[in-house]
Amino acid sequence: MKLLKTAPVSAWFGMIVILFYVVLMLFAPILAPFGETEIVAYEFEPWSETYLLGTDNLGRDMLSRLIYAARNTMGVALITTFLAFTVGGFMGLLAATLGGWVDQIFSRSIDVLMAIPSLIFALLLLTIFGTSLGNLIVVIALLDATRVYRLTRAVAMTIVVMDYVEAARLRGEGLLWQIRKEILPNIMAPLVAEFGLRFCFVFLMISALSFLGLGIQPPTADWGSMVRDNASLITFGDITPLLPAGAIALLTVAVNFVVDWMLHQSSGLKE
Amino acid sequence: MSQFARAEKAEASVRKGGRDMHPLAKMVLQRLGLGLVTLFVVSIIIFSAVELLPGDIAQQILGQAATPETVAAFRAELGLDRPPVERYFDWLAGAMIGDFGQSLANQREISSLIGGRFANTLFLAGYAAMIAIPLSVILGLLAALYRNSFFDRFINMVTLSSISFPEFFVAYILIVFLAVRGQVFPAISSLNEDMSLLDMLYRAFLPALTLTLVVTAHMMRMTRAAIINLLASPYIEMARLKGMSQARVIVKHALPNALAPIINVIALNLAYLVTGVVLVEVVFVYPGLGQLLVDSVANRDITVVQASCLIFAGVYILLNLLADILSIATNPRLMHRK
Repeated sequence: MKLLKTAPVSAWFGMIVILFYVVLMLFAPILAPFGETEIVAYEFEPWSETYLLGTDNLGRDMLSRLIYAARNTMGVALITTFLAFTVGGFMGLLAATLGGWVDQIFSRSIDVLMAIPSLIFALLLLTIFGTSLGNLIVVIALLDATRVYRLTRAVAMTIVVMDYVEAARLRGEGLLWQIRKEILPNIMAPLVAEFGLRFCFVFLMISALSFLGLGIQPPTADWGSMVRDNASLITFGDITPLLPAGAIALLTVAVNFVVDWMLHQSSGLKE
Repeated sequence: MSQFARAEKAEASVRKGGRDMHPLAKMVLQRLGLGLVTLFVVSIIIFSAVELLPGDIAQQILGQAATPETVAAFRAELGLDRPPVERYFDWLAGAMIGDFGQSLANQREISSLIGGRFANTLFLAGYAAMIAIPLSVILGLLAALYRNSFFDRFINMVTLSSISFPEFFVAYILIVFLAVRGQVFPAISSLNEDMSLLDMLYRAFLPALTLTLVVTAHMMRMTRAAIINLLASPYIEMARLKGMSQARVIVKHALPNALAPIINVIALNLAYLVTGVVLVEVVFVYPGLGQLLVDSVANRDITVVQASCLIFAGVYILLNLLADILSIATNPRLMHRK
C-alpha cells in the first residue's frame, strides 16, 4: 500500500485504465445497450442519441460491440498468455534445473524457432491448420512460449546455483519440489513484469491477425476485425473506425506504464 | 619431396592460414556458417509444417466432396506421391535459384508473382530506415543530453506510448489527418514500374512514415539508455572534471563506446521492419510481398505462403546476423576475447 502512494502519475493512469477495462470485461452484457451480434439499424448510421457511436458495416451498434470486444479480445489474449507462461515457464524451469542435454535440446530447438519472425510463422501455421479460435490460441501461445522460456531459463539459472537450492537437492527433495518451493518464489517478480509485457505482445498479435482477417472470426466482436470491417468509413474522414484501434492502443499503453513502474521498483531505482 | 609430405605441408599451411586469418574475417565466416545452418533448419521447418496437415494438400484443396480418383490425380500432378525427403530437396534446390514452383490458386509461376513485390517491400523498408535511423539516434542523444528535463520526460512518454500502438492504428491516424482531412499524401500507395523515383517516394510516404513512427521509439530509447549507462564510468567523470561541456562529453567520449548496442538495436529494428511491413502494406494497399503473403494465407495457397515465409525468414536471419557481427566488430573486448 505504501508502494502505491509513491507511484508516479503514469502508473496511476495505467492502473485506472486497466481497472476500467476489467470492469467492461466482467459486466459487458449489463453495460452494453444492445446485443453483441444484434442488427439494430441501417449500416453506418452516424452518432446519435440511440446509437451513441453509430452503427457498423452490418447495422450493429458500435458501442455495444466495442464493449463486448473487450471481453472477447482480452479474454483470448489472457488465455493465450497463461498458456504461453505455463508451457514456456515450465520448460524454462526444467532446463535450468536439469541442465545438461535437456537444456541443450530445449534451447537449441527454441533458438531455431525464434529465428523465424513470429508474425510470419503464425501466418504459416494458421494457413496450415486453419483459422479457428482454438488454433489461434495454441499457435500464438506456442510462439510466445519461446520468449517466456528464454527469460525463465535465464532468471532461474541465477537461482539454481544458490546454496539453498543445493541444500534442498542434497536433502533429497524432488525436482518439482525444488522448482515450486525454492526457485519459483525467487523469480516471481521478473516473471510478473514479463507477464504484463507478453500480454501486450499477444494482444497486439491477436489484434493484428484479426485485422488481417485471420484471427478471431466473425460474428464475434473483436477490436482488430472491427477496424477492418469499418475501415471504409475512414476514407470519408470519419474517425469511428479508429475507436477500436484506440481501445487496443490505450490498454497496451496502460499495461506498459504499470510494467515500466514495476520494473523500475524492482531494479532499485537506477539513474 | 614425396607426395605425402607435400600434401601434409599444404595442409599445414592451410591450418596456419586458418590460425592467422584476421579475427574479423574468421568471426564473420563463423557467424555466416551458423546463419546458413539456421536458414537450412528453418527451411526444413517451413517445408515440413505442411506435412503436418491432416490428410494432405490435395485433399485440403479439393475438399471433402472430391472423389478418390481426382484426389489421386491431383496428388500425382503436385508430385505428392514421391517421398517427402526427395520433394524437400527438389524444393530447396529450386528455391536457391529463385524457382519456387507454381501457385496452387492460379497456377502462375511463384517467382514472377514475388519478384517485383519483393523489390517493393525492400524499397519501403529501406525508405523507412533512411528516415528512422538518423532521427532516432539524434533524438536519443538529445534525450541523454537533457536527461530528466521536461524534453526527456515528454519524449519518454511519447515513445513508450507509440511502442504500444498497433501499426494499423498509427497508419489510420495518418490517413485521417494527412490523406483525408488535409489531402497532402495519397492514402493508397499504388506503384507501377514507369514511375519516377520522386513519385515513388511521394506515394510511399505514408507507409514509410508509419513504419518510422513504430520503430523510432525503440531505437531512440535504446540509444538513450546505452549513453546513460556509460555516464557513470570513471573516464566520463574524468572528461567532465577537465571541464568539457556535456555535449562534447556525450558525443566524443560516450558515443563511440555506446556504438555497439546502438548498432545492434538498429539492426534488430530493421529485422522488425520486415514483419511490420506486412500490416502496413495491407492498410495502404501497397503492392509488396507482405500483402501477397496475407492474400495467400486467406486463400490457403500453401506454396506461395511457403515461398514468402522462406524469403521473410531469410531476410530476418540475415539482419539478425548483421546485428551480431556489427556489435562484435565494434567492440574490441568481444573481438579479442581471452
